[in-house]
Amino acid sequence: MNLVLVAEQTLNGLQLGVMLFLLAAGLTLVFGIMNLVNLAHGALYMVGAYLAAYFYQTTGSFALGVLLGLAGTLVVGIVVELVALRTLYERDHLDQVLATFGLILFFNELIAILWGRSAIYSTLPPYLTGHVELIGSLRYPLYRLVIIGVGLAVAVLLWFVVSRTRLGMLIRAGASNRAMVAALGINIRRLYTIVFGFGAALAGLAGLLAGPIFSVQPGMGELILIQVFVVIVIGGIGSIRGAFAGALIVGMVDTLGRAFLKPALSAIISPAAGDAAGPALASMLIYLLMAAVLAFRPEGLFPSRGS
Amino acid sequence: MHKFTRTVILGLIASAAFAALISTPAFAQQKVKIGFISTFSGPGGVIGTDMRNSVELALDHLGRKVGGLDTELIYGDDQQKPDVGKQVSDEMVKKHQVNFVAGVIWSNVMLAVAPSVTQAGTFMIGTNAGPHQLAGAGCHEMFFTTSWQNDQTPEAMGKHMQDAGINDVYLMAPNYAAGKDMLTGFKRTFKGRIVGEVYTTVNQPDYQAELAQLRSKNPKAVMVFYPGGMGINFLKQYSEAGLRGQFPLYSVYTVDELTIPAVKHAALGQLETRYWSQDLKNEANVKFVADYRKKYNGKTPSFYGAQSYDGILLIDSAVRAAKGNMADKKGMIAAMRKADFKSTRGKFTYGQNHFPIQNYYLLKAVAGSTPTSDPVMEIQKTVFTNYKDSYGKDCKMKW
Repeated sequence: MNLVLVAEQTLNGLQLGVMLFLLAAGLTLVFGIMNLVNLAHGALYMVGAYLAAYFYQTTGSFALGVLLGLAGTLVVGIVVELVALRTLYERDHLDQVLATFGLILFFNELIAILWGRSAIYSTLPPYLTGHVELIGSLRYPLYRLVIIGVGLAVAVLLWFVVSRTRLGMLIRAGASNRAMVAALGINIRRLYTIVFGFGAALAGLAGLLAGPIFSVQPGMGELILIQVFVVIVIGGIGSIRGAFAGALIVGMVDTLGRAFLKPALSAIISPAAGDAAGPALASMLIYLLMAAVLAFRPEGLFPSRGS
Repeated sequence: MHKFTRTVILGLIASAAFAALISTPAFAQQKVKIGFISTFSGPGGVIGTDMRNSVELALDHLGRKVGGLDTELIYGDDQQKPDVGKQVSDEMVKKHQVNFVAGVIWSNVMLAVAPSVTQAGTFMIGTNAGPHQLAGAGCHEMFFTTSWQNDQTPEAMGKHMQDAGINDVYLMAPNYAAGKDMLTGFKRTFKGRIVGEVYTTVNQPDYQAELAQLRSKNPKAVMVFYPGGMGINFLKQYSEAGLRGQFPLYSVYTVDELTIPAVKHAALGQLETRYWSQDLKNEANVKFVADYRKKYNGKTPSFYGAQSYDGILLIDSAVRAAKGNMADKKGMIAAMRKADFKSTRGKFTYGQNHFPIQNYYLLKAVAGSTPTSDPVMEIQKTVFTNYKDSYGKDCKMKW
């Protein structure tokens, strides 16, 4: 097992981690502040991917596609909050799960009506393809580095907004005690709309980053959403710090497990055992981790301070 | 007067009987009910749509009457899950009392569906999945397939790569019933060195970690099986990682008419093996491809569609042979064993396990006719002629 490969797989883990973080941040914010379980978060990821791919195709500019995709998902998020979710805040979580599950079906069908069930074509602009020489013989795809960069930048930006701005103060206050924030004369409804739109835009950002390298098709959001839920359970529901830590842990564990578990098992036990158990165990690893976290720290590794 | 009355009455009876003979043949109250199971939602939904389109086209070609009888088609969505597939097929068999259950894309779904359908005395006509269990000891007289046994297509690819003298091959497939069959099949005919064999999670979106492992092994060629949306993800990432030029990629069931529109140039030059291609020149296929394009906005059908089209024609041939008597199951089995219909792959015969004995071709994704059109799959050469699967010898069925 050489060091270059380990370094490359670590970068891959980091890249999967920041991707999961973009999704988990929105999901955990919405849950922590609005106390809303949003299963339709993956649908917004899909909307982001479709809008960006569509606008890139029609305008011919990748940057414009990204911008319009982001703005479009923000608008879709706000409309969903105003039309559908407003009525759900006072209901219990089961009703919210049912309603947002309905939204998944709605968005998947809507996309299938607009673009068809087949995956649509989406690709990278020429200036983002190619590789970068990192240390030694490690060549890493440029676009994957861009994803890591964007993810880390968003993490810093989120940290700044949440801990250094007035909006962030309201978000933290809303997460701790909503009734008190409302009593102090803050328009909590508007805050909810802003937070949800924000979360939607983050999901859209993850989607449009994923578009050029993943298959853009109806239902693409559900494939990744399960991992995102694992992230926020491990990190602690409602906590951005937890989402970041959880995402990186899940990204690393999943990637390194897929890469090295089979060779490790083959070397330690036997090649036959590695072949038989390796792939199965690698795909279970993050769920085992989640089970362990739930058993020993049910509130997650970095629970939000409010709860 | 008396004589006259008698003649009139006789004439009346005769004409009434004659009229009855035309308008209501002996089996007029009979009707064919077919339950068609596929995946219509989620990432596999695109395959199900192509299959349904082809079934509908087959019905059009038969004047909406399978075997000359009124036909009722019930579609069921298995959501790519074995338990859901079984539920749907149970409902078709017990509640709707269908005569035939057809379709099914995924081998793991087929393994859940087929035994319960055939044990209930209902015909199961597979139009895609060909798990080895059903071709060998688990064969059944009520089960027919218009596709192939899973191992066969990769066996053809293994043969081609063996003949081309390629060595140091790296294998990848999703970790489920068909993935294992595919790589087993490949290794049956390919005798060179295999430097790695990797199974990934079904519907895994990202292959970056596996691609890094692949590169570190420095193989001479890569052979993969990634059907549907998995193939789109894999091809995009294989190209993006710059591996296209580095390691030649061979595949089975990964690049087809359904995935090409989503990957376009990333598919160019890709080699596949298959028993069918859109450019196969026989009367039935030319008509199928042309009418499909006409009916569905210029879209090209895939092999999933061709098999499903054939499935309906196979049922049609059985119902015709039984003269519409749906209770004559022995007669229908005997008829289907003859494969007496105009298949889109040309004439083929059935092995004793009810799996087709057919040709396998090497296909290549070549540039389309205009610079803006998508790549198309074209036949390069024949790899196997009248090729039989390797499990039939374990099938105890006699006929």
